[in-house]
Amino acid sequence: MTRSRRSFLADAGVLTLVGCFAPRLLGTDAPAEGRRRYALLVNLALCNQKPGCQECRIACHEAHNVPSIPDPAREVKWIWKEGFERIFPTEVNPLLPEAVRDFSGPVLCNHCDDPPCVRVCPTGATFVRPDGIVAMDQHRCIGCRYCMAACPYGARSFNFQDPRPFLEATEADYPTRTRGVVEKCDFCSERLGTGRQPACVEACPTQALVFGEVAELAKSISSQRVIRRRPELGTSPHVFYAL
Amino acid sequence: MSSTPSEESRSHFVALSAGVALAALLVGFGAWLVQLSRGLVVTGLSRDVSWGLYVSQFTFLVGVAASAVMVVVPYYLHDFRAFGRLLVYGEALAVAAVVGAGLFVLVDLGQPSRVMNVLLHPSPRSPMFWDLLALGGYLVINAVLAGTALWTERYGLGTPWWLRPLVYLSIPWAVSIHTITAFIYAGLPGRPSWETAVLAPRFLASAFASGPALLLLLVLAERGGAWTDDAPPDATGAPEPGSRVLRALARIIAWALALNAFLFGVELFTAIYSHHPEHSQALRALYLDPEGGLRFWMWASQATCLVAFVALLFPATLGDHRLLAAAAALAFAGIWMEKGMGLIPGGFLPSPLALVRGYAPTLLEVLISLGVWGASALVLTGALWTIRKVRAEGSRF
Repeated sequence: MTRSRRSFLADAGVLTLVGCFAPRLLGTDAPAEGRRRYALLVNLALCNQKPGCQECRIACHEAHNVPSIPDPAREVKWIWKEGFERIFPTEVNPLLPEAVRDFSGPVLCNHCDDPPCVRVCPTGATFVRPDGIVAMDQHRCIGCRYCMAACPYGARSFNFQDPRPFLEATEADYPTRTRGVVEKCDFCSERLGTGRQPACVEACPTQALVFGEVAELAKSISSQRVIRRRPELGTSPHVFYAL
Repeated sequence: MSSTPSEESRSHFVALSAGVALAALLVGFGAWLVQLSRGLVVTGLSRDVSWGLYVSQFTFLVGVAASAVMVVVPYYLHDFRAFGRLLVYGEALAVAAVVGAGLFVLVDLGQPSRVMNVLLHPSPRSPMFWDLLALGGYLVINAVLAGTALWTERYGLGTPWWLRPLVYLSIPWAVSIHTITAFIYAGLPGRPSWETAVLAPRFLASAFASGPALLLLLVLAERGGAWTDDAPPDATGAPEPGSRVLRALARIIAWALALNAFLFGVELFTAIYSHHPEHSQALRALYLDPEGGLRFWMWASQATCLVAFVALLFPATLGDHRLLAAAAALAFAGIWMEKGMGLIPGGFLPSPLALVRGYAPTLLEVLISLGVWGASALVLTGALWTIRKVRAEGSRF
């Protein structure tokens, strides 16, 4: 059988297109079976032994050159504390123990199994690593902020301005960012590579934060009830809260 | 060619509008340079309301662009000959609107110099990727259609064989650009006032009011009621007010407004009667909460659209060009307040942490937006000038 050059090129073109797009269309972000899958457990009772404590936020923001911007509308934050009613608006009910309702706790990127931010990003600047960490490539980010609209947890921050003047000190081991890109918690992927725990976990004075493979976290649960933020959205968040 | 005084005054009008558009473009460009050097901190956007005026204008202009289909469908599918000379205006408006929509995406970016990353790293799971492809294609289709129409008219050539297939392609394509634009918002979990199947239909309905309203104003400004004689009289022979073109546009606007209001009502019922807290809280934040800063626009939009709809139902409006222009302007303004102002920042109310943070654009943001509108208007003015020139010279055929 002879083949014209034209038909060969046409078929090659079609195959190339299929090859380029098929993996992205069919692929899922969920890590494959048997892979490591990181998660964070927050023991709220332990966390609230020190009300008003800000150690996790301070340690994280120092380690990652997160600027301290006074205007709350333009703040950049990777981990911060909120009241129970703001973290879990639908969990509040009259029989909820007063102590639980008065809890506050850290909020951060939930490193979802099926993150909407990754789904909508038009450049692949945010992506899921094989170990389940939702990571950011700030060099590829075009600053469209679609991921911020997509995140149902408000975990993403945009650099509305050059963040560097708002740094008190610069951590040399971690890059600073430029204006016009989005950033968020990366589960300290840079520290995990050197065998260290995330900065927030290390800094917590009450050992309320436990980081590790999701299957192993079960050992560290301090209560009967473990909940996640907005599980009904199907994102499968991987920050767990023990009441 | 001898020009009558009215033609002369119309060329002055074109020169004046081109001048105003150019001035707006230059001021807006200067303002954009300030935004480039200082960042989006110069806007009213926040970490909670991260899309505002720019993305709203983008959405609104995509609708205006899509509405060219409201001229194409009656002419090509239902043989409504009166729209024959209007076609090229619709296509020119589509081109100008897509140019504006694209520029609004660009000025919204935190890192505009990296915009080509969208093509370097194509992400077919992102509606934004598809939207940019759809808009690019739509721009090319309409530019080719308008260009071909003028070219063949100018040189008295026959219609090329591929024109009709391309026109048929442009019809679903027009629907697709606004549908995909709606999907950008409607596919997001946890943004209840966007996450509704009725968002894309609402976008299309409001687009089919705002675009034809603009077209009607253009026709009135360009030609007055001069198209009355272009079309044969109605089959019934009964006298009807106004020209057939203007009447048809007015009816399209009126029923698109009605459809938009109906879809909004359906949305309200579902949210309010179900008592679904997220859905109803989002609408409450948008329409009632003073903190949100958007309720004025939403109510003003409802009122303006209602007045425009009622006015367009009266034969007296159709017969009086001033009233007709006022009604069309109200329809355009009403849809702009909804889609060009309220719905996009309104989708962020309340925030995932149950906060209602207000949004209002800053002066710089408004100037940049006016600049993009100026760029879009400049494209349109250029197209109108070309159309006029071709038709004035082509009248010898």
